[in-house]
Amino acid sequence: MSEHSTYTPGNAVEKWLDDRLPIIRFSKEHLMDFPTPKNLNYWWTFGAILVMCLGVQIVTGIILAMHYTPNVGLAFDSVEHIRRDVNGGRIIQAVHAVGASMFFVALYIHMFRGLFYGSYKAPREIIWILGVLIFILTVATAFMGYILPWGQMSFWGATVISNIFSAIPVVGENIKQLVLGGFAVGNPTLNRFFSLHYLLPFVIAAIVGLHIWALHVPGNNNPIGVEVKESRDTVAFHPYYTMKDLFAMVVFLIPFAWFVFFAPDILGHPDNYIMANSQVTPAHIVPEWYLLPFYTILRAIDFNVLFIDSKLGGVIAMGGALVMLLVVPWLDTSKVRSGTFRPMFKWFYALFVINFIGLTYLGAQPAEGIYTVLAKVCTAYYFIYFLVVLPVLSRIETPKPLPTSISESVLGKAHA
Amino acid sequence: MATQAEHSSTNRRDFLYVATGAVGAVGAAAVVWPLINQLNPDASTLALASIEFDISAIPEGQSVTITWRGLPVFVRHRTAAEIEEAKAVPLAELKDPQTDEERTKEGHEQWLVMIANCTHLGCIPVGESGDFDGWFCPCHGSHYDTAGRIRRGPAPKNLVVPPYEFVSDTLIQIG
Amino acid sequence: MIGAIDMFKTKFIIAAVAAMVGLSTVSAQAAEAGAHIERQSWSFAGIFGTYDEHQLQRGFQVFREVCASCHSARLISFRNLAEPGGPGFSEAQVKALAAEYEVADPTADGGVRPGVAADRWPSSFANDQEARDANGGSLPPDFSVLAKARGVTDPFPNWVFNYFTGYQEGGVDYIHALLNGYHEEVPETAPEGFELADGKYYNDYFPGHAIGMAPPLSDGLVTYEPGEDGVTVPETVEQYSTDVAAFMMWMAEPHLVSRKQTGFVVLLFLVLFAGLMYATKRKLWAGIEH
Repeated sequence: MSEHSTYTPGNAVEKWLDDRLPIIRFSKEHLMDFPTPKNLNYWWTFGAILVMCLGVQIVTGIILAMHYTPNVGLAFDSVEHIRRDVNGGRIIQAVHAVGASMFFVALYIHMFRGLFYGSYKAPREIIWILGVLIFILTVATAFMGYILPWGQMSFWGATVISNIFSAIPVVGENIKQLVLGGFAVGNPTLNRFFSLHYLLPFVIAAIVGLHIWALHVPGNNNPIGVEVKESRDTVAFHPYYTMKDLFAMVVFLIPFAWFVFFAPDILGHPDNYIMANSQVTPAHIVPEWYLLPFYTILRAIDFNVLFIDSKLGGVIAMGGALVMLLVVPWLDTSKVRSGTFRPMFKWFYALFVINFIGLTYLGAQPAEGIYTVLAKVCTAYYFIYFLVVLPVLSRIETPKPLPTSISESVLGKAHA
Repeated sequence: MATQAEHSSTNRRDFLYVATGAVGAVGAAAVVWPLINQLNPDASTLALASIEFDISAIPEGQSVTITWRGLPVFVRHRTAAEIEEAKAVPLAELKDPQTDEERTKEGHEQWLVMIANCTHLGCIPVGESGDFDGWFCPCHGSHYDTAGRIRRGPAPKNLVVPPYEFVSDTLIQIG
Repeated sequence: MIGAIDMFKTKFIIAAVAAMVGLSTVSAQAAEAGAHIERQSWSFAGIFGTYDEHQLQRGFQVFREVCASCHSARLISFRNLAEPGGPGFSEAQVKALAAEYEVADPTADGGVRPGVAADRWPSSFANDQEARDANGGSLPPDFSVLAKARGVTDPFPNWVFNYFTGYQEGGVDYIHALLNGYHEEVPETAPEGFELADGKYYNDYFPGHAIGMAPPLSDGLVTYEPGEDGVTVPETVEQYSTDVAAFMMWMAEPHLVSRKQTGFVVLLFLVLFAGLMYATKRKLWAGIEH
């Protein structure tokens, strides 16, 4: 929003710089003066929290890479070397491992916030699509990172997930071998996953840049979903939202630190303290908690559909569950953005959240008995919500009257 | 009156901002230090910073090369003739003047312990050779005498004597 | 009205995320069914947990005199025993201890030399296969991180509380239970209806119950020196197993004490800083209707 520029170079050096690389102007416009709706609630702080999470993972990750050895014979011991011998290594390693979980906590909250407040609707479709790409890349990065300690869960998680590729008709087996660099998970797999695990966060950071760029074209959505109309609807990003975001980050760090210092292993699995062994499968293979919803969808398809066998069907369902998110802006055509003013949507949304938690829970349960039935029900609702509920509600729902502006709604709240 | 109240409220606010900023800065510093400190030698490296070595197996006129802190170290059991030769050199002839006593431990003059990297550019000199019966560095032609002192060639300093001591007559602790 | 809805959403989503994180991880471990494992009271549990030096020293004695004949601890170095937060041996004691062992060193005469503090704990077996052959086909697991490679499962809703209490002692609870889980009279025989293979022993807590390890401990097996204050510790299986489990926890998590101490300071700081940040943010926003 360059039209808001109020920057005038203060001295000759700034002027000289401004003519060549207007970086101060850019920072002032986008990091300080950027007009931001004044009614954003705390759910809007998770964007900044996610930037922090990415930063924490990159910094601790670079440090861990200085001490880690990506070799099947040495990887497990080198992680223990970090925990035991490197100065402060136990804490730095725990921050990285717990940080992955905290990253996904923030990521899911951020996405569910967008889904409730209709932040994906025009003119913000690109922001949403970039966000979904970030999510998918983060999943891939986290998955490859989990392989690196070379414990039992690392190895068997990689084995199970890489078999997804073999579901692809005709070329599946070849693609799997291409990905693994062998006939099974082994040293080439570990090496390439390490390389990509190091690379992808920087790709993610670049897409985050685009995500924020795209955000700064229309500006923020807000809890009432009514666009900014006048300057009194907004405040400057700095200091108002920088301080609010920083406060939220510090609060977010409290549970983060609790896990790092007092329960660093509670989010992991004990089996990953056993070195990878291709001869012994753990009794129960579960991915990390943040991948469970999609793991449930993968497992839920245990039946053949026409010429598609169950294995391929599961892969299609899981892939579809992710890819479908890309077209959400065109599935929900309701003119009203915020769920606050959509009486029917609200209930379907709440059910969707519960359903998603259900998918997470079921991913950790054995695939038997009642669990397989529930998994199918939850998977069905996941798809129905996007493919049926959102389009249909858009047509039949009568939204509540919207405030005419942010300022009006804020005043209304103040005097209520 | 009004201005005073305004003034004190401004002060309170400034104080709050300064306090928050200061606490934040302390927190940031506390985070940054471990991120730097992890670059320092780790516990397994430090555990080998000091080693003990049994010299009883080295016969007179022989030397061995051992590893200490990743560096090669010569331990030489000198002959009486070598000691004599080293002591006879007038200090004025030396590029890096040091007496033989300064390079050995009292009562253990027959033992010479030195880091085996030439002080020129770090090659390992060859023992019992060169023009002064000590060491000769083949890389750039530095000659050391029987006390490991530089006598001719590009090296600026004598071969470095690491910190060490005799734990007993047959055991030295280096580092 | 909007406020009320926001409240509803806030609580809802917080509960939702907590449930998601919670449900999945712990229930994932609910795989192995077995007898209920009693929680022990460990000195290193909780926010202020620290290791008991005397207990670690006793545990080390049990490990060295009993367990180490079959179980390796390849990630442990002698020097660890003198490091802060551990059993508290002196450097001289560790040096003397290390010298009692021969370690392989290709650069030494004959390929072996006396150990030094920097050496790893030597294994009784050259490789896994040799260890298997000496133990009836079962591989005695390495002790280095074993206390963290085992866990206990908690039924709902107990595991929810673990996130708030920071319960990380499942491994040692399991090890303690296992060591006390043999049937005293005739460990080679199983309850009626259970087929026990030759060379196996019945254990209440071992998954599948048929364990390859004979009952390793018996009352009076290890002689504890009385402490400096003359206090004697019972020489029972119960005491040995508690001590050795504590020692195994230390092996798996040698920096636990400093981690928890740092963590306490960090949490205190964060709470204080969050309070200051909140005050600052409030003050800043005071003039703005939002």
